Amino acid sequence: MRITAEGLGWSVAGKRVVADVNLDVAPGETVGLIGPNGSGKSSLLRCLAGLRAPTAGSVAYDREPIRRWGPRRVARHIAFVEQAADTESDLRVADVVSLGRTPFGDRWRGLGAHDRAVVDAALARLGLTELRERPWKALSGGERQRAHIARALAQQPYAILLDEPTNHLDVKHQLELLDLLAGTDQTVLVALHDLSLAARYCDRLLLMHGGRLVADGPPKDVLTPRLLAEVFEVDAETGPDSLGHLTVAYRGVVAPSQP
Amino acid sequence: MSASPDAVGVPAKSGARAALGAVDLLHPSARGGAPAGKAVSAAVPAAGRRSRLSPLAPVGLFLLCGVALVLSLAASVRIGTTDVSYADVARTAGFHLGLDVEPLPRLVDSLIWELRVPRVLMAALVGASLAVCGAALQAITRNALADPYLLGISSGASTGAVTVVVLGVGSASLGVTGGAFVGAMVSFGLLMLLLRKGGLDSVRVVLTGVVVSQLFTALTSLVLMASGDSEAIRAITQWLLGSMAPARWDTTAVTAAVTAVGLLVLWLNSAALDGFSFGADTASSLGVDVRTTRWVLLVVTSLMTAVAVASVGAIGFVGLIVPHGVRFLVGPLHRLLLPLSALVGAVFLVWTDALARVAFAPQEVPVGVFTALLGVPLFLLVLRKRGEL
Repeated sequence: MRITAEGLGWSVAGKRVVADVNLDVAPGETVGLIGPNGSGKSSLLRCLAGLRAPTAGSVAYDREPIRRWGPRRVARHIAFVEQAADTESDLRVADVVSLGRTPFGDRWRGLGAHDRAVVDAALARLGLTELRERPWKALSGGERQRAHIARALAQQPYAILLDEPTNHLDVKHQLELLDLLAGTDQTVLVALHDLSLAARYCDRLLLMHGGRLVADGPPKDVLTPRLLAEVFEVDAETGPDSLGHLTVAYRGVVAPSQP
Repeated sequence: MSASPDAVGVPAKSGARAALGAVDLLHPSARGGAPAGKAVSAAVPAAGRRSRLSPLAPVGLFLLCGVALVLSLAASVRIGTTDVSYADVARTAGFHLGLDVEPLPRLVDSLIWELRVPRVLMAALVGASLAVCGAALQAITRNALADPYLLGISSGASTGAVTVVVLGVGSASLGVTGGAFVGAMVSFGLLMLLLRKGGLDSVRVVLTGVVVSQLFTALTSLVLMASGDSEAIRAITQWLLGSMAPARWDTTAVTAAVTAVGLLVLWLNSAALDGFSFGADTASSLGVDVRTTRWVLLVVTSLMTAVAVASVGAIGFVGLIVPHGVRFLVGPLHRLLLPLSALVGAVFLVWTDALARVAFAPQEVPVGVFTALLGVPLFLLVLRKRGEL
């Protein structure tokens, strides 16, 4: 599914959090969203996922504006994984993944055999089959994140939006998760903090700064020393690591400029 | 749009799963009730279905609770300052349901049919209503301490009741029940007025409920203190703790209708209530219309609470502990939790009311005293078992 935004802006309490964003994510692309804390990544993702009504501009799925779509119709197209969503509820892993079937559920009949098969497949894809009866409270951070991804996949989405899904994951689980996302043929838009991982797994990177999109292109064009200094305020070099992957090496922070 | 993503536009990605030759159930193309193919059953080991209990357990639990409720109703009709036999109960019921049986003497008949039966049914209805409202409010506020009185509806009802009993305003036209219902509606109106703008996030709903609740509690105290009539104060204290004694057929019928409709509406929103487990954003991303759902649920639980409280007073603890106890048995999914909470709440209140009638007979103890006295140890037991205490 193609996701486009035109002149997208979102303000809250008079503060412009996202301003004038134009983007176009092609079907099947894996696109990374990077930028420093507070640059508007989460808010942009929420606008694109239909969770916030933009205060300016528009969002469209396959060129059709979603402004008047209800949440259920949106949820049948796109899955959204929040950053570290937690619950006090005593849900089991299988219950959490079943939540992904909500947009397809019937109020009277609940979930059917097909829904359960999809949930089973999602559990299996994330290696959670053995943990299906495990209570949420007994899960590690990595297992919780995997349960969320499985829940998102159970939505059978055309596109998946994720807000820093690799936070709190160890290296192995970070690689597994990104392998999985890059391997699906659904459209993926993922906010990431680790620039080297973003470079390695994404077809394209979007760089945000102060609510605006300041760069959009292949990793090697976005992760330049000049942009890294300007946006992240770090003194960095980019180049292939010993395995040939594009990586970012940091010399330190940029010294504050004297007025 | 709504078609599958065009295959032409899939760049750069390996057709890893196409190579497996299996139908990918997680892909949008597998929507529309495609039967679970061989690939899936082969890929997924025969893992146990939901086994909080066994798969048949929910059905068994429903049957058990249903039978328990019917038996409790019958047993409870017998119990009271004047005991009557099961045969008498059956004869009265048979006579009033139009069967060809000899009626009992008028006095016994009206004791059973006009006082006991509506009272016992009222206990069941109010127990069900409060338990279900508690479960729903705990879900939408994501607060384990939420109960039906969280929103201040019961405080408004108290103020209404006090105004009628102590000040004598509208005592002829409204009666205590009418006054309490008007009070509940006034507090409900104030709650909606305060909430009408802006979001309905949990903290805001809880805080607004506290504000409304405190306001009407203060008004109630003010009226009580100003009057200084000790008889009236005693009467109203009884009412505030809750009693089934005033239940008659008319109020029971109203409560039955409101409870039935409310239960159905809440049950049809089960999936949305589950969706709130991870907060409003996740609920919304699952297709739940968060704002509309919260409004519907707040209005429905408020009305159910208003009718229950106006009929029999503010009976505490049922709405808090029953959902927790039932969750402990069947888990937090609302499709099961709500109807079972209703049954368990009904049985619980039928028995506590019976106890309230006979414990210090002929003096009747407010049923709220017993719901707390029985509820506290049960609640502690559940918390212990869950390892939270």
